[in-house]
Amino acid sequence: MSAPPQSTAREEQPMGAAQEALLTVDGVSKSFEGVHALIDVSFQIKAGHIKALIGPNGAGKTTLLNVINGLLLPDEGTVSLRGHELTRMKTEQIAMLGVSRTFQLVRLFTVNDATVLDNVLLGAHKRINPTILGTLFLRSRSGHKERVMREKAMEALSFVGMDWAADRVPTALSFGNQRLVELARSLMAEPELLLLDEPASGLNDAEVEQFLQLLMAVRARGVTILLVEHNMNLVMRLSDDIVVLDFGKRLAEGDPASICANPAVIEAYLGSECAIGGGSG
Amino acid sequence: MLSIRGIHAAYGRVEVLKGVDLDVAKGEVVCLLGANGAGKSTLLKIISGLMAPTKGAVRFLGKEMTRKKPEEIVRTGISHVPEGRQIFATLTVQQNLLLGAYAHGTAAAELEELYQSMFDLFPILKQRFAGKAGSLSGGEQQMLAIARGLMSQPKLLLLDEPSLGLAPLAVNNIFGVVRDLRTRDIPILLVEQNVRAALKIADRAYIMETGRTVKHGEASELLGDDEVRKRYLGM
Repeated sequence: MSAPPQSTAREEQPMGAAQEALLTVDGVSKSFEGVHALIDVSFQIKAGHIKALIGPNGAGKTTLLNVINGLLLPDEGTVSLRGHELTRMKTEQIAMLGVSRTFQLVRLFTVNDATVLDNVLLGAHKRINPTILGTLFLRSRSGHKERVMREKAMEALSFVGMDWAADRVPTALSFGNQRLVELARSLMAEPELLLLDEPASGLNDAEVEQFLQLLMAVRARGVTILLVEHNMNLVMRLSDDIVVLDFGKRLAEGDPASICANPAVIEAYLGSECAIGGGSG
Repeated sequence: MLSIRGIHAAYGRVEVLKGVDLDVAKGEVVCLLGANGAGKSTLLKIISGLMAPTKGAVRFLGKEMTRKKPEEIVRTGISHVPEGRQIFATLTVQQNLLLGAYAHGTAAAELEELYQSMFDLFPILKQRFAGKAGSLSGGEQQMLAIARGLMSQPKLLLLDEPSLGLAPLAVNNIFGVVRDLRTRDIPILLVEQNVRAALKIADRAYIMETGRTVKHGEASELLGDDEVRKRYLGM
């Protein structure tokens, strides 16, 4: 049922200029107390594409996401969005420019009995309304703007299939469902680029199928995605192209078929050649 | 050895378990399957005393466990390896292992023996014994979490999603560990979203839906069951 992604074929289409790179990571290095987490990593993500970032646990994937959204300053190299350098910007500024992310370990607010809906509303405040306190503590629920925001948050929750949980507290939800709420929150900011850190962990194979459809719908809204994920069924069917990190270095880059068959990637990460388009192994 | 009858549980006013029955016999690997949000992790928390049920009973080796404190339950022989590993990143590998033996107040000589048996199972922990647990890779951290669980010399191991967040190669290694434990006759109640791999290892399995156990049987039978294939294997 899946169509193999064909990024190379797309590039060869006579489009005049090559498709614009939305994000450019150029020569990024980062060390922690002598441990080289990232070593001279470079790649680009084209607008409207889904790019996967894969590699063994500890290869530097999350560190790279932290550099891209400004949580970490690289020792060397630059990150730019449509040619504007993000490297020394604060996370909030980068978020305002349209970069949203989800975290590997879910980060949802539970203070003051914040509900799932409250958490999703917080996503919007990054770009639209600075009064986070209003949502979390004062619970100002009057006013036109607040009403519009709540409708929008409910839409985001419906989009990920979690509207039934709007009034619950996040701690009463399973790990997998908390991830979906996090995704809804990141969509509230109407991002141009979405960074997803292992969004499918905690989902079973059938749920991964639904999640795949969901991410295709996100892409259809024009959102570009950088996907860190270990579920190869999802990665191989969804990605336009893939970059592989190992020990902080770029080990390989290419379309799913070439990555699947790459001996170095099989040895470092996959363990065996993967079947594209089939069930997971 | 473990018998669960009519368990109900709630988070606030939301009832998440609505009547769960489940048994684990000696030497068995039993797998608990169900959609995300079905209540699997909640059930494990109730068995290990981290959460109290609103109704129902948990019995282990003939003793009533319901509403006992977690440390008493550990001393009775149930060890819980939680979802997401939950190792202490700033402590060393050794300190993490030591905490696993804490509830028993294990003597030093016996601790040495226990460390040795952990090294047999997980050679990597010997190499990294004095290092910070946070510097281990994800797969190694999961091995440490399982080893910490084994330090209390449990008669039953509760394993919550051991493959969560691990690279494909590391997932293979972790399932190898579960297979090893199986040959050592340590009974396991396994919650796992990697349904296919879990059913291949398990003797029996239960399926939970919206807080109830709705089906159980031999793992090999369930692997061929049309509904299981459709709902959990995505086929």
